[in-house]
Amino acid sequence: MHTVVIGVIGADVHAVGNKIIEHVLTDHGFNVVNIGVLSSQEDFINAAIETDADAMLVSSLYGHGEMDCKYLRENCEEAGLEDILLYVGGNIVVGKQDFNDVEQRFKKMGFNRVYPPGSDIEKACEDLMEDLNK
Amino acid sequence: MGTHLLVDFGSTYTKLTAVDLEKETLIGVSKAMTTVKTDVNEGFDQALEKLKNAHPDMPEIVQISACSSAAGGLKMAAIGLVEELTAEAAKRACLGAGALVNHVFSHHLSKKEIKTLKNADIDIILLAGGTDGGNSECIIHNAKKLKEADLGVPVIVAGNKDAADTIDELYQDSNMEYYIVDNVMPKLKKLNVEDAKHIIRKIFINKIIEGKGIKKAEQKTGEIIMPTPEAVLQASELLARGHEEEEGLGELMVIDIGGATTDVHTIGEGTPKRTEVILKGLQEPFAKRTVEGDLGMRYSANALVSLVSPFEFKKYYDTEHNGFNNDTFKEHAQKLHDNVDYLPDTSEDEAYDEALARICTDYSVSRHVGSVEVVYTPLGNMYYQTGKDLTDVQYVIGTGGVLINHPDAKRILKEVEQKSNKKLELRPIHSQFLIDKEYIMAAMGLLGQKNPRLALKLLKRHLT
Repeated sequence: MHTVVIGVIGADVHAVGNKIIEHVLTDHGFNVVNIGVLSSQEDFINAAIETDADAMLVSSLYGHGEMDCKYLRENCEEAGLEDILLYVGGNIVVGKQDFNDVEQRFKKMGFNRVYPPGSDIEKACEDLMEDLNK
Repeated sequence: MGTHLLVDFGSTYTKLTAVDLEKETLIGVSKAMTTVKTDVNEGFDQALEKLKNAHPDMPEIVQISACSSAAGGLKMAAIGLVEELTAEAAKRACLGAGALVNHVFSHHLSKKEIKTLKNADIDIILLAGGTDGGNSECIIHNAKKLKEADLGVPVIVAGNKDAADTIDELYQDSNMEYYIVDNVMPKLKKLNVEDAKHIIRKIFINKIIEGKGIKKAEQKTGEIIMPTPEAVLQASELLARGHEEEEGLGELMVIDIGGATTDVHTIGEGTPKRTEVILKGLQEPFAKRTVEGDLGMRYSANALVSLVSPFEFKKYYDTEHNGFNNDTFKEHAQKLHDNVDYLPDTSEDEAYDEALARICTDYSVSRHVGSVEVVYTPLGNMYYQTGKDLTDVQYVIGTGGVLINHPDAKRILKEVEQKSNKKLELRPIHSQFLIDKEYIMAAMGLLGQKNPRLALKLLKRHLT
C-alpha cells in the first residue's frame, strides 16, 4: 500500500478540499496521512519520514502557496527524502496568472505535478498511480 | 482488619506510612535513612521501630506495599526517529513509567551516540521509530547498532510493527534481554504508551531493583511494585478521576520539588479551550509527567542558579533579606550542592531556599505546560497550541521536602500561575493550592492499587 501525506500548507485554513482529497485517495486504496490545515513544511517532512511516505500532496487555496512551498524540495532532500513525489494544487499563486507559467515555475521548484484551481482529484489519483508505478 | 503499611525506599529516606484499614484512617508516618550500601532492611527496620514506638496501639500489619527510587531511581534512554515525534513519544513512555530520561536520540545512532550510551548509567533502553507501516529502515539500523554495542542493558522495542519480526530474528540468537511491545506512536501523532509502560514496570520489578540492592527488602515487604514517581502519578490520577461514588477533584497539577529534580504531573485532557486554536504536535498523555534534572534544591542547586542572572534571582528572593549579593548567591548554591542534607538555619538561608523553590516551580511549569503562538491568516488571527492547555486546572498540589516543611508553601506555589511576562504559556489561572503535609502521595499511589476508594478518601482528607 502506498502512503501519501496530505495537508494544507502555511497560514491557510481551508479545510473542506483537504477532507475531500483524503476521502478520494482513501477510496483509491492509498494509506492517507492527513496532517490537516495550517501545516508547515516541517510538519509535512516529519510526517513523511515517520510514515515512510511515497508522496506529499500539498494544498493551498489562499494565494500564498508560492512562498510557502519555496525550498520544500531542497528541505526534503536535506531530510533524506530524496525520492519523494511532490504534488501541489489549488490557488497556489497571487492573482490571475497564466497557468502554464505557474506550472513551469513550480516544476522548477522541484514539484512533480502541479494542478490549477478546480482540478479533479480523480485525475491526480491516476497521475499518482502512474508516477508510483514508473 | 489490621494495618496496611506503605513503604517508599527513597534516595535519601525510607519512608513508612501506616493506614488503619478498619477505621480508614492514617495512623502515622515515619522515616529513616535509606541503607542501600549496607543492607536496605536496616533502614526499613529503624523506620518501622520508630513507627511502632510512636503508635504502640497500631493494629497488626496485614499488608505491605512498596515502591522505590533508591540508588538513583530508574534511568532510561529513549531512541526514536524524528525528534518531535517517535523520539518524544518514547521519552514520554519512559517518564510516564516513572523513569529519569537523561538521553534521547533521534534518527540513525552514530558511533558517538553509542559511545555515550556505553558510558552512561542506564537501566533500560526504549527503542522506537516509525509509525506502523511507516519507516522501518531506521529502527532496524538502530537495533543492529545496539546489538553490536552489547550494552548488557534490556532493550524494549516499541516501534513500527513491520520491523518487529526482523528485530526479533536479529536478537533471537544473541544474549540480549529484549521485549517487543506495541508501537509508542502507531499512527502519526497518536501516542500509545501503555504497553511500553507496563513492560518497563515489569523489568523494574524483576531486574532493576535487584541490581540496586533493594531486592533484599522484598523478604520483609513483599514485591516492590513500582518506581516512586509512578506511584505519585497514580495517586494524582486517582485523585483527579475519583473512584466509583467517591468523586475526584477534576483536572489537577502536582509539583514535587526534590533535592535533585523537580517533577510536574498533570492530569487532564489539556485540549484547546477556544475554537480558533489549532492543536499541533504529538498527542499529549492524559496523565503527563515531566522531570527537570537541572531543577532541585541541593544536588542541582548549581545548575539551577546558572539558569538565572543575579537580577532575575532577586525577583524570586524576598527583598526583606539582603543576605546575598551577585557573587555570594552562586557560592551559596555550591555550598548546598556539596552539603545535600543542609537545613537552613538563618532567615537569609531560609529565604534563599524559598527562592530556589520558586525558581524550581516557575521553570518546571514553563517546561511542562503548553503554549500558543499566533498565526496571521487572511481569515484573521488563529492560534497554534503545542502541549497541554492547563488554564482551567482546578487544584495545584505541592509535595517534596521544601514545600511540606515551609510555613507558607502556598506562596511558593503561586509561581505556577499565569504571568504577565509569560503570556503565551497556558498556565493555571485560578486554581486552589493544596499541600501534601504528611507526605503521603506516593504511599496513596501504592494503596490505590489494592484499595482505591480508601486511598482517594485519605488523599482528600490529608491534602490541605
